[in-house]
Amino acid sequence: MLDTADFSSRLQEIIAAHLPMEGPLLPILHAVQAEWGHIPEPAVPVIANALNLGRAEVHGVVTFYHDFRAVQAGATVIKVCAAEACQAQGGRDLVQATLRAFGLKDFGTTLDGRVTVEPIYCLGLCACGPAAIVGERLVGRASVERIQEAAQ
Amino acid sequence: MKVYVPRDAAARSLGSDQVAHAVILEASRRGVSVDLVRNGSRGMVWLEPMVEIETAEGRTAFGPMTPADVPALFDAPAKHPKALGPVDQIPWFARQTRLTFARVGLIDPLSLADYEAHGGLSGLRRALEMDGDAQIDEMKLSGLRGRGGAGFPTGIKWDTVRLAHADQKYIVCNADEGDSGTFADRMLMEGDPFTLIEGMAIAGVTVGATKGYVYIRSEYPDAIFQMTEAIRIARLNKLLGPMLLGTGPAFDMEVRVGAGAYVCGEETSLLNSLEGKRGTVRAKPPLPALHGLFGKPTVVNNVISLATVPWIFANGAQAYKDFGLGRSRGTIPLQIAGNVKRGGLFETAFGMSLGEIVEEVGGGTASGRPVKAVQVGGPLGAYFPASKFATPFGYEEFDGQGGLIGHAGVVVFDDGVDMLQQARFAMEFCAVESCGKCTPCRIGAVRGVETIDRIAQGDAAAMPLLVDLCDTMRDGSLCALGGFTPYPVMSALTHFPDDFARMKEAAE
Repeated sequence: MLDTADFSSRLQEIIAAHLPMEGPLLPILHAVQAEWGHIPEPAVPVIANALNLGRAEVHGVVTFYHDFRAVQAGATVIKVCAAEACQAQGGRDLVQATLRAFGLKDFGTTLDGRVTVEPIYCLGLCACGPAAIVGERLVGRASVERIQEAAQ
Repeated sequence: MKVYVPRDAAARSLGSDQVAHAVILEASRRGVSVDLVRNGSRGMVWLEPMVEIETAEGRTAFGPMTPADVPALFDAPAKHPKALGPVDQIPWFARQTRLTFARVGLIDPLSLADYEAHGGLSGLRRALEMDGDAQIDEMKLSGLRGRGGAGFPTGIKWDTVRLAHADQKYIVCNADEGDSGTFADRMLMEGDPFTLIEGMAIAGVTVGATKGYVYIRSEYPDAIFQMTEAIRIARLNKLLGPMLLGTGPAFDMEVRVGAGAYVCGEETSLLNSLEGKRGTVRAKPPLPALHGLFGKPTVVNNVISLATVPWIFANGAQAYKDFGLGRSRGTIPLQIAGNVKRGGLFETAFGMSLGEIVEEVGGGTASGRPVKAVQVGGPLGAYFPASKFATPFGYEEFDGQGGLIGHAGVVVFDDGVDMLQQARFAMEFCAVESCGKCTPCRIGAVRGVETIDRIAQGDAAAMPLLVDLCDTMRDGSLCALGGFTPYPVMSALTHFPDDFARMKEAAE
C-alpha cells in the first residue's frame, strides 16, 4: 500500500512541478498515474485543493477519460485494437483469441494480476493491422503468437 | 555507408528497431563505418520495415526487411533479394504529389540542419517579411480547407482570430487523430515534426498569437516523443522563443497529451480538455476563433492543415491552388488501410476516384477476395459500395454521394464483412465515446445498438425506428460524434440491405 509520508511528499512534488502550466490538471493526472499506476483516491482532494477546484470536479475529470485508472492494471497491459481498420483485417477474431489465450472471458485483468487485456480504438497502424500494443511495444500484423511473444 | 531505417511507429511495429540493431551489429562485425539515420516512413507500409541506402544513383530501397536480411546489404546490395530499386522510381511512390509529406521519410526528423537543407524554414522566413494583410491573403488564395474533416477555409478562420482584440491569442493544433483508418498526423509528427512547428509559428505570426499547443492523443507515444524533442531542439536553436528565428515576434509552444477520449478530437471538447476539464462539447456559437482556449481567440487546426502552411508560403498560394478539383484545392494525404494489398500514405491532388484509390493504388484486397465496402472518413464516415467507385475524392463530391472525406482515411473491407455488425459497431462506439452532454448522442447511441440487435433478431418493425433514430441523432446532436454516426449506420442499411434482411428471413 501507499506509504503515507512518501506518498504525500511525492504528490506535492508532482503538483508543484506542474502548477505553473496553463490548465495543469491533465498533466498532473498523467504524472500521478505514471508514478503509481493509477489515480489513488487520496490524491484527488489534494489535487483539488492545490488547483482550487472541488473534489467532485477532479473526480469528474478522472472518470471521464478512459486512460485514468481507479486501480492498478496487471503487470503487463495488452491493448488490442478494436476499431474498423483492424476489424477489416481480422481484428474481431484477434481480440477474442487474445482474451482466450490469457484465460479471460472479457476485458480485464487475470486473477494472478500478471496481464490486463483491454480494447484500444486505433493506434494509427491501420495499414498493417490488426494492431496491438503490449506494454510500450507496438505490434503490427499482430497474431496471438506475436502478442504472447511481446508479453514475455 | 549511409543507411536509413525508419523509426515510424508502423515500421517499429513491424520490427524496424531490430533491423536497425542488426545494421549496427553487422557493420561493427565487418569493421565498416555506418551512418544510421532513423527517418520517418515513406508511407509504403506494406514494404516496412523499408531500409534505404545512399548510393551514387540516389537512395535505393529494400523491403520488407528482417534482421536476417541485413548482412546481405553489405555484400552486393544490387543483388539483394529484397531490393526495390531507387525509392523515387517505385511506381506507388512516383505517382504521388508529395507537398505536405515531401520531407517525411527523406530527412532525419530531428535534424534542423537537414530540415533547412530540404527547404525547411523558407515559408516562415517569407511570412516574416510580409505584413498581416498579405499573410492572410496568401492563406485565403491557397484555398486550403481544414484537413481534420470539416473543410472550413483555413484563411477565413485565421482572419477571424487576427481581427479579434485580445491580450492573448492561441494556436491549438488538433493532433487527436482518433479516426480508425487514419495515421497522417502521426506520420507527419514522427517523420517531419519541424514542419508542424513552422506551420504553427506562421499561424502565430499571422494572427498575433504567441502561444501554441499540440494536443496529441496518448495512443501515439512515438509522435509525442518526436514532437517534444523537436520543440526542445527548435527552442535551443531560437526557432521558437521570445523572437522567432532571432528576428520575429515571440512564439512558443508545447505538447499536451490526451487521455483516451475519442470525442476530444472535436475542437471544443479538445479545448475543454486542454483547460483541464472533462472533454465535453461546447455549444457553438461562440466560435473558438473568438472565444476559444481560456476564453481567448484561438485558431484550432488539424496537424495536416498546419503542416501544409509552410509549403504554401514557401512556394506561393497559387502553386498550391493549381492542384485539386472544384472547391477542393491542393493535395490530400490519403491513408489507405484495412484489407488492402498496398496500404499506406499516398499524397495526391484532390480528384482521384475512389475506385482508382482502392483498386489501382491499393491493389484491391489483401485477402484477394472482392471488395464489399469502403469506409471513407473514419468511424463517422459512410460505407461506400463498389457502385460508388466513380466518386472523385473531394469535399463536395463525397458530400453529394451521402458521405464525407473526413480526415481522408480509406478503409477497405472484403466480402467477409457483415454490414449489420459494422452498423452496430458504429452505434456501440458512439455510446462508449459520447461525452454525454446532449441527449440524442448519449441516449440515441445506446438505443441504436438495441434497435440494431432487434433487427438482427428478425424484428422488421425496428427498421423504421432505426431510420427515425438516425434522423434525430443527425439533426439534434451537438457535435459530429452523434451527428455523423448515422452516416455509417444509414449507408450500411441503404447500400447493403441484404445484410439486414437476411436475418429477418431466417426468423420468419
